[in-house]
Amino acid sequence: MKFTLSWLKEHLETNASLEQISDTLTKIGLEVEELTNPADGLADFITARIDRVENHPDADKLHVLSVNDGTNTYQVVCGAPNVRQGLIGVFAREGTLIPLFNERLKRATIRGVESCGMMCAVDEIGLGSSHDAIIELPKETPIGVPVAEVLDIDPVIEVSITPNRAECLGVRGIARDLAAAGLGQLKPLHIAKVAAKFANPIKVEVKCPAECPVYTGRYIKGVDNTVNTPKWMKDRLNAIGIHSISPLVDITNYINYDLARPLHVFDADKLSGNITVRMAQAGEKFKALNDKEYILPEYALGICDEQGVQCLGGIMGGSEKGCSANTRNVLLECALFTPECIAKTGRHLQIDSDSRYRYERWVDPLSNISGSDYAAALILDICGGEASEITVVGSENYTSEPVYLRPERLETLIGMPVEKEKSQQILQNLGFQVTEENGILKALAPSWRGDIACEQDLVEEVVRMIGLDNIPAVSLPYDLLPKETLSPQQHTALIVKHELASRGMYETVTWSFADSETAQFFRKGNEALILQNPIVKELDELRPSILPNLLLAVKNNAARNYTNLSLFEVGPEFDGRNPEQQHSAASGVRYGQTSKKDWSGSARDYDVFDVKADALAAIAAAKGPYENPQITADAPSYYHPGRSGTIRLGKNVLAYFGEIHPSILKKLDIKNRVMAFEVNLDNIPLPRKSQDKARKKIDLSPLQPVDKDLAFVVNKDVSAAAILSAAKNADRQHIVDVRVFDIYEGDNLPENKKSVAIGLTFQPDNQTFTDKDIENMMNKVIVEVGKKTGGELR
Amino acid sequence: MENLESLKRTILDEIKTADSLKNLDDIRVANMGKKGRLTEMMKTLSSLSLEEKIALGKQLNLVKSEVENAILAQKNILEEKELNAKLAAEKIDITLPVRPETQGRIHPVSKIYEEVVAIFGQMGFDVVNGPDIEDQFHNFNALNMPANHPARQMQDTFYINNDPSKPFDMDQAFVMRTHTSGMQIRTMEKQQPPIRIIAPGRTYRSDYDATHTPMFHQVEGLVIDKNITMAHLKGCLYDFMKAFFELDELPVRYRPSYFPFTEPSAEMDIGCLKTKTELKIGAGTDWLEVLGCGMVHPNVLRAGGINPDEYQGFAFGLGIDRLAMLKYGIPDLRTFFESDVRWLKHYGFTPLDFSSLTGGLSNNGGLTR
Repeated sequence: MKFTLSWLKEHLETNASLEQISDTLTKIGLEVEELTNPADGLADFITARIDRVENHPDADKLHVLSVNDGTNTYQVVCGAPNVRQGLIGVFAREGTLIPLFNERLKRATIRGVESCGMMCAVDEIGLGSSHDAIIELPKETPIGVPVAEVLDIDPVIEVSITPNRAECLGVRGIARDLAAAGLGQLKPLHIAKVAAKFANPIKVEVKCPAECPVYTGRYIKGVDNTVNTPKWMKDRLNAIGIHSISPLVDITNYINYDLARPLHVFDADKLSGNITVRMAQAGEKFKALNDKEYILPEYALGICDEQGVQCLGGIMGGSEKGCSANTRNVLLECALFTPECIAKTGRHLQIDSDSRYRYERWVDPLSNISGSDYAAALILDICGGEASEITVVGSENYTSEPVYLRPERLETLIGMPVEKEKSQQILQNLGFQVTEENGILKALAPSWRGDIACEQDLVEEVVRMIGLDNIPAVSLPYDLLPKETLSPQQHTALIVKHELASRGMYETVTWSFADSETAQFFRKGNEALILQNPIVKELDELRPSILPNLLLAVKNNAARNYTNLSLFEVGPEFDGRNPEQQHSAASGVRYGQTSKKDWSGSARDYDVFDVKADALAAIAAAKGPYENPQITADAPSYYHPGRSGTIRLGKNVLAYFGEIHPSILKKLDIKNRVMAFEVNLDNIPLPRKSQDKARKKIDLSPLQPVDKDLAFVVNKDVSAAAILSAAKNADRQHIVDVRVFDIYEGDNLPENKKSVAIGLTFQPDNQTFTDKDIENMMNKVIVEVGKKTGGELR
Repeated sequence: MENLESLKRTILDEIKTADSLKNLDDIRVANMGKKGRLTEMMKTLSSLSLEEKIALGKQLNLVKSEVENAILAQKNILEEKELNAKLAAEKIDITLPVRPETQGRIHPVSKIYEEVVAIFGQMGFDVVNGPDIEDQFHNFNALNMPANHPARQMQDTFYINNDPSKPFDMDQAFVMRTHTSGMQIRTMEKQQPPIRIIAPGRTYRSDYDATHTPMFHQVEGLVIDKNITMAHLKGCLYDFMKAFFELDELPVRYRPSYFPFTEPSAEMDIGCLKTKTELKIGAGTDWLEVLGCGMVHPNVLRAGGINPDEYQGFAFGLGIDRLAMLKYGIPDLRTFFESDVRWLKHYGFTPLDFSSLTGGLSNNGGLTR
């Protein structure tokens, strides 16, 4: 909401400075967003008189002026057509900052003649766009004074109005609030009844009084819409960014911003028959003055003539029956529509207008007749003509429900006592009728306040006038030793992040949305969760997996030539459209090499075992079953079918890991292999709450463990896990560790065979192993591996 | 005897000039070995008279021991020399860079989450989580925002059709939560007062510029008890801001505002100093809006099943990303979500950087490398 200082002073008698006004507005809840004072940039410009005009010796269109600022005279070269001796204008001396160029004026030589200053046009001092001529000030203007003092400069104030303060969408509402805050007196608003010269020839019928409780119509004949809008009105509208269109339109716009009172004017000669206010028929068409055609729902309210809906009541006028330069006779509408009706229709049709904005908040229900009088008087005054009687359908009456304020409620709710009398005075200053019943204040809100419904609302009115900064600050009482803040689940998410970061990965945060073009490959059979109104096409689906976003990150970073990447994110993945159909995932990608090439030769390509390790580390950090995971080679289809796996606990999937399927990378235009993992944190069982913190006693054997190696030749499709598990099971008591230390395929082996070499660690329990003991255990391993895998000792 | 004396001198000279262990050992063998010169001389003793035998034998033994000592001494010298030569040969260029290792990063959003949790945790708050997809009851209606409430337009809401078998119905549709304030209701539904919770999480509004992104992070706070007043609201938030910005003094101010779910409502500003190049939080000439807050509206308490005549309290909402921008000087919100590794490395935190009030809130986990 914008207004100018002079406009405010139309309603407020005050000596307060602009700064005081601005500070007070913010303090009482009308936050000042911007203060534009054109005078600010004009401090160095002064008034000066042209004493002499001579032709430039070397240029036809230039003149050489002698400019007098009362103290000195300056030689100035000027190209303006309106220079003449005796003209008093705006003068910029050398060194003055010119707003148009944002540069200081320098002495210059123009076609051989020195110029020491500039007589300014409107655009050069930032007060308009005109550059046709230099400014001419009235003859009696004193010279040598700052121009800000003689120009008609009106600062513009922009405040942000919260939805509950509809009356402050009019300058008068703002003035009233400032007056209540002690910044001056609210001037009385004089609205005279407009004399009725004839009967209204247009009849009005309201078929939907629930949505339109009051409708007034007034016929004005013989208007001239070609006259100029008065300068004061035009200036104020221009200052708040509203273009002057025609006097009739300007008047309705002005009153909308002056009194927060929407109006509509029909060209009466274009109307066919009488006016009917009714709900639209579903599918009925309406051509609005924004040149768009709308298909109306059955809950839209239409102001109709015999040819159909001519105005979408309270939202927007129609294109066919509006005013033009030829308009001679008009019907002035000033009506009340209910906020629900306006909001629903406006939202459905997505029409934003100043009128809708006000109606869906609150329009003073007692301002229909007075608003019509106010507008009619301005129309007659500016455009001439004669007014009919006013036709009023419905009755304009309104009383607010009483709201009670217990005086002690100030102290119990805001922590600071306020005297009853003080609260009463504040409410009265804001227009409330306040009486006292048994020590309790009974308040009737004024008709322009639709937001007062409970005791807290009254407390707020008192508090914003007293000033929130006067309320004391009292620390919350709390225990010196608070209990654990995070739940086990919340703590898990945090610790997993730190674990993955400690493995050299960068945590990122990507949108919960993804591009359905990519996301479709990651849905795992679930339905697509498409947003009804995505912000852009590329963010149209709730992500079924974090991976599409991480792949996009890989692509973008690689495009910047960052080609060794380790990224992870912990966040939601969506399984269904209902609330809570989501789970928390920790997912990551690795791309390129472990590092750039270096002298130690340690750089190597990331592979599946890096992301398998990441997944297991995340599971371990989440206190999940890290040591004996069930790992199978059956990851979802977006993984490489031969290079991916699933980690499960029972039926629940804890994680997937592997290479991303090359066909997906190709679609995303990613050049190299991408390793990825996804851990479903919600599927990892939480540690039991009562878990004993004490650890199991450790038995430190004095006997040395013994390491032995064995190599087996097996079929190529035998898994390493099968060999390790068979070996370990051969003697669970003594074999404490089994590892694979070599895989070999090729020469000296049949084509379908491979050699797997394993290392075993045997731990004696009572006495040191003899050679025989070790030989026995090795034989057990050889037998067991042979039995389970068909492996033969190499 | 002169013979022996000159032999000794010869041998000792040879030892002194021996330039390698091999050379030295050759000298030892040539003199003390089975056929060495001194050994041979010993052998001649048997042909001498007893007296001569004793006299010469004594001398020979003295020479022998002198030679042995000399060999040992020279051996030490040569060994040290050889070791030095070996070490000199093993010299490496210690200015070579260390092997590549990568230090990961924690995103600023996670870091601020940890800081906020550390501070409110100290004040006895619990942390609650809720769904990103919300029904309109929890996101709007229960928060005193019925269907046509104009405040709904202030929040550009993302919608999801609640029933794909039917045409989209805006009144029934689910929404991407526009704030985590819905967790006020979900908490009250489960728990009677006293309540002290914060609800951090992702929130969504259809907006995109340097300070707005379609997804951002918010912390909602709620305190409900019998005697909680607006003075507690001010105390709690002041304590938080001071702790969060790690300042002893911080000017704050409150402006009346409007949120449908609080009454009275306010916005909190903190003091700052703006220059062309930087923004410094603390005493200064400007104010920065940091959060919205207010006393919980009785309609909200009722919607959550709590009697507003018995209980009251306050609520607040602050932006995690915004706090990150202010505290760590990050200029553009959009960059938070771009996954640019240069940005993540620069603005991210080391994995050791855990936040606590006793151990330090920020930058307490070693230098970033």
